[in-house]
Amino acid sequence: MLGGYTYGELGSILAMQGFAGFSLFSVLLLMALGLAIIFGQMGVINMAHGEFMAAGAYTTYLISTITEQYFPAFMPYYFVFAIVIAFFVAGALGYLAEYALIRHLYKRPLDTLLATWGLSLIMQQSYRSIFGAREVSPTLPDWLMGSYQPTEMIDIPINGMFVLALTAFVTFAVFYLMYKSNWGLRVRATTQNRIMSGAVGINTKKVDRYTFALGCGIAGIAGAAFTTIASTGPTTGTLYIVDTFMVVVFGGAASLLGTIASAFSIAQAQSILEFFISGSMAKVYTLFALVLILMFKPEGLFANKVRR
Amino acid sequence: MSFVYNKLMGGKEGLTGFILLALLVLVVFPLCLDLFRLNLVGKYLTYAFPAISLVLLWGYGGILSLGQGIFFGLGGYGMAMFLKLEASSPENTAIQSTPGIPDFMDWNQLTELPWFWEPFGSFAFTIAAILIIPAAFAYIIGAAMFKRRVGGVYFAIITQVIAVILTILIVGQQGYTGGINGITDLRTLNGWDMTSDYAKYLFYLINCALLLGVIVLSRFILTSKFGSLLLAIRDKEDRVRFSGYDVSNFKIFVFCFAALISAIGGAMFTLQVGFMSPSFVGIVPSIEMVIFAAVGGRMSLIGVVYGTLLINFGKTAFSESFPELWLFLMGGLFISVVMFFPNGLAGLWQDYGHHITDRFKFITRLFKRKESLPLDDTAKSELAN
Amino acid sequence: MSTSTDLTLAIEDLTVSFDGFKAVDDLNLYIDKNELHVVIGPNGAGKTTVLDLICGKTKASSGSIKFLNKELTELAEHEIVRSGVGRKFQTPSIYENLTVFENLEVSYPYGRSVLGSLFFKRDQNVIDKIHEIAKEIMLDDALDTESALLSHGQKQWLEIGMLLIQDPQLLMLDEPVAGMSVKEREQTGDLLKKISKGRSVLVIEHDMDFVAQIAQKVTVLHQGKILAAGQMEKVQNDPKVIEVYLGH
Repeated sequence: MLGGYTYGELGSILAMQGFAGFSLFSVLLLMALGLAIIFGQMGVINMAHGEFMAAGAYTTYLISTITEQYFPAFMPYYFVFAIVIAFFVAGALGYLAEYALIRHLYKRPLDTLLATWGLSLIMQQSYRSIFGAREVSPTLPDWLMGSYQPTEMIDIPINGMFVLALTAFVTFAVFYLMYKSNWGLRVRATTQNRIMSGAVGINTKKVDRYTFALGCGIAGIAGAAFTTIASTGPTTGTLYIVDTFMVVVFGGAASLLGTIASAFSIAQAQSILEFFISGSMAKVYTLFALVLILMFKPEGLFANKVRR
Repeated sequence: MSFVYNKLMGGKEGLTGFILLALLVLVVFPLCLDLFRLNLVGKYLTYAFPAISLVLLWGYGGILSLGQGIFFGLGGYGMAMFLKLEASSPENTAIQSTPGIPDFMDWNQLTELPWFWEPFGSFAFTIAAILIIPAAFAYIIGAAMFKRRVGGVYFAIITQVIAVILTILIVGQQGYTGGINGITDLRTLNGWDMTSDYAKYLFYLINCALLLGVIVLSRFILTSKFGSLLLAIRDKEDRVRFSGYDVSNFKIFVFCFAALISAIGGAMFTLQVGFMSPSFVGIVPSIEMVIFAAVGGRMSLIGVVYGTLLINFGKTAFSESFPELWLFLMGGLFISVVMFFPNGLAGLWQDYGHHITDRFKFITRLFKRKESLPLDDTAKSELAN
Repeated sequence: MSTSTDLTLAIEDLTVSFDGFKAVDDLNLYIDKNELHVVIGPNGAGKTTVLDLICGKTKASSGSIKFLNKELTELAEHEIVRSGVGRKFQTPSIYENLTVFENLEVSYPYGRSVLGSLFFKRDQNVIDKIHEIAKEIMLDDALDTESALLSHGQKQWLEIGMLLIQDPQLLMLDEPVAGMSVKEREQTGDLLKKISKGRSVLVIEHDMDFVAQIAQKVTVLHQGKILAAGQMEKVQNDPKVIEVYLGH
């Protein structure tokens, strides 16, 4: 017996909190995959990453509203399209940001931090001007609602499972793109040695622009996924940016596998702790543990050993 | 004399800038602004402390801290705890279920003062704590990170996370900290009314004196060999290390000093504004401090004071009339400073300032003519002899 | 051999591996007092890694490095420098935002602690020493020049000067004449001969003509191991060395 719970109850709590952790894990991982590409591969500290996620979330909301208004028969299917469109909207915004801002700053990583923070302020205010300060949520299709009950005490929401499946799909796609495709080879070549890559005929400017856009696009998907678990406001992005950075840094900036492991452990630690202590203290302990670990292992969980 | 001139003031240009700033804050502002506005300026000037700390840390040392709000907050909370204890005497809090403890503790069902509040009943301890605790905290962070060669981006992110942790702690533990509202209703300092006009003037002047003192002290550090070494570490850390220096010690020192300055600013903030809250600790204020330094010029101790004033005047003016526009403007400012004016106001002044000073050359010429007249007479008499 | 000797540097059984790749493999290298020793070898032979190991930038996997009978492998970088080892990097590594004078002043071996540097006074001794070194490295006319404005060769000399001002017993130079004009090479050669009086100098070099100009003793490194060692003429005619340099 622990804290007045029977072992059976405790098991169910762990399973359910664990599953709640999976929802957080999904959003964190989707955010972090994009940031791992932008920060880990390109070295850009994108403080506006959360706002690209919000762009995806607002896109989903817009499409839901339009569908509801004009094509109500289409409601059950719109969400799948919304995810794709969210990817392209956030990606296009990222493409623009790279063109206007980031490409001038590749040699000054600390300055990308300040410039993208400025960008995030502008994006936040744009959301506030367009959508209002109130939080909004799309109307979710019926099949996403409800829950699955394997036993009487365990209750697993369907939207959580859907988001988890989506995350798995995106993760495999990113993994394939970065490590198995010709394009990924170009990206890795460019980020490792820009001059040499240019010399062997890679259009490094184009690679940079599409890589950044891809990272932002994935954040857009994270935004679409986010709408299934919470509502979206102008400052939604800021709430996740620090966590996302911690996921990427803790995982070892350039390692996709590390990013997955780190998103998983951070989300689970926080979610399970949350049941026993208050949410804010759960976050304090999680972040504090991360800072301590990073002080002893600055290169993160899965770092490549490089000959200096 | 030459020591003061060269080392503390930074030569002719530094001295002129310093005197102009001193005149502005000590004479022009008190004469031209009503007390409400002056108090506001005093508040802005407390943000100049962390901005100056970032000149040393970031401009010269190349170490970007996104956690200066931590130290500003620690200083501010230290002072606020002392003042709150004084405001919570058993007589003042007789209606509470536990008289003699701060009101927010009572609201949160605390029945006795937490142990870490106890020593803040002493003013001497409070002052010592404001000067020591933030610097000691910075030492722990700095030693852990710099000894392991964690720097650059990682340092920025980790300091930011520490700022987040501290904010969540303060907000979450409201029984011990006053929560999101912070520590409010601070009225007296050692029995002396802090809200009187006289007190406000006095705090303003003390604040200015401390600020000018911090500038002089920072100038001393930057013009010493330590200052050259900071620049050297920023540009070629390995060369410094292989010239026989223990680089981490230099970084730790400058980080602790930056924390100390920021904490003084925080304490003066509490004294002048009369409260302290977590909204001066977290990510947003910490990054705003960086932008004060960036706009003023990250290499200029004097420039960042103007940068701080300018942005805060702008913020107040805009958020009164066009709150929506302000965030756009602020965002645009971040971007344009980074992309087009990396040396901020101070850099602009250096590049274009002579166009303005040239126009006023006639004033100095006037003075020179007057001075030169008697000299001419003596010269003539010398010639006659 | 690991007992007390009067060698300046004694490297024995030194090995370092990066994820199984042995960049330096069981290396033995001895440098006498007042010796100017040149290490040559093709790209990737482990030359720069040897310097990194001596000055503590890279930690050895095994083996020992004794400098004046003092073990260096356990010391931190700044402690190695303070015991009298100076190292010049391959690309000129100077502080471009400081003047030549300030570059030398920052390298002056007093005021090396935090407090020491805060209260360091630029007295006549310091100024004299800086002028003396500046003259030696042919930069006495450029003391107030911002060092970013120096030519490539002058930057290399400045970095050598920044080491000389610390008066090291062992001076290590990584390709000091790379990218220099013919005249600058000659001047650098003379400078090296001059400064090798009273101290040991370890030079890594690619340029065989330059090596022939300065070297007393040459060691040829190949794949982390010593291929040949001895006088320049002997090494130059060694068939193994010719094979490595011209063979592929």
